[in-house]
Amino acid sequence: MATPNNRVSPAGRTAAPQNAQGGFVYLPLIAGWLVPGAGHFLQRKWGRGALLAASILAMFILGLAMQGKLYTNAHEILDLLGLVGDLGNGLLYIVSRAVGAGADQVQVTTADYGTRFIVVAGLLNVISAVDAHNLRTGRKPL
Amino acid sequence: MAPSHFTSVLLFALCASVVFGITMRDTPRRMFRYGLYCFALFVGSAIVLSWVMFLIAR
Repeated sequence: MATPNNRVSPAGRTAAPQNAQGGFVYLPLIAGWLVPGAGHFLQRKWGRGALLAASILAMFILGLAMQGKLYTNAHEILDLLGLVGDLGNGLLYIVSRAVGAGADQVQVTTADYGTRFIVVAGLLNVISAVDAHNLRTGRKPL
Repeated sequence: MAPSHFTSVLLFALCASVVFGITMRDTPRRMFRYGLYCFALFVGSAIVLSWVMFLIAR
């Protein structure tokens, strides 16, 4: 059964999901993934968005400051998991890769912690983007 | 200057608890309480596990 969020056009193709607020439903999800906190800013949740952005940015920057490694390939399964976690950082990861930030090899103990900080920052960013999407769809009360 | 191991634990727990608190609860009061709960669990479990490993290694 077609729902308002999953309409089927007469031509049989699924239309882009929209809700009562208008606009693209997945915009907060995508914006929140690309820029930490942006999904909540779009919902006018300034305080929550600022706290999320500060936490995720701090974690990512601390990871780089601790000479953490940015995963660049996925030759092994553990590298693949690390790469997926890193990709959760969205533009932070892309820009950091572009400017060559992050260590190539883990050489000191804290660098291992830094690598985990970067991966966990990405995973937390995904959680925050999904939360913004839930606010947008009404699954979580505003 | 690299932070100590315990400072790293505190920073990790703080950042993760803020995100967990905001995303897992609905009202600001419940967010704060849940964030505090997560922070205590992160730090508490790190201290307990550290002592367990220290005693095993002796």
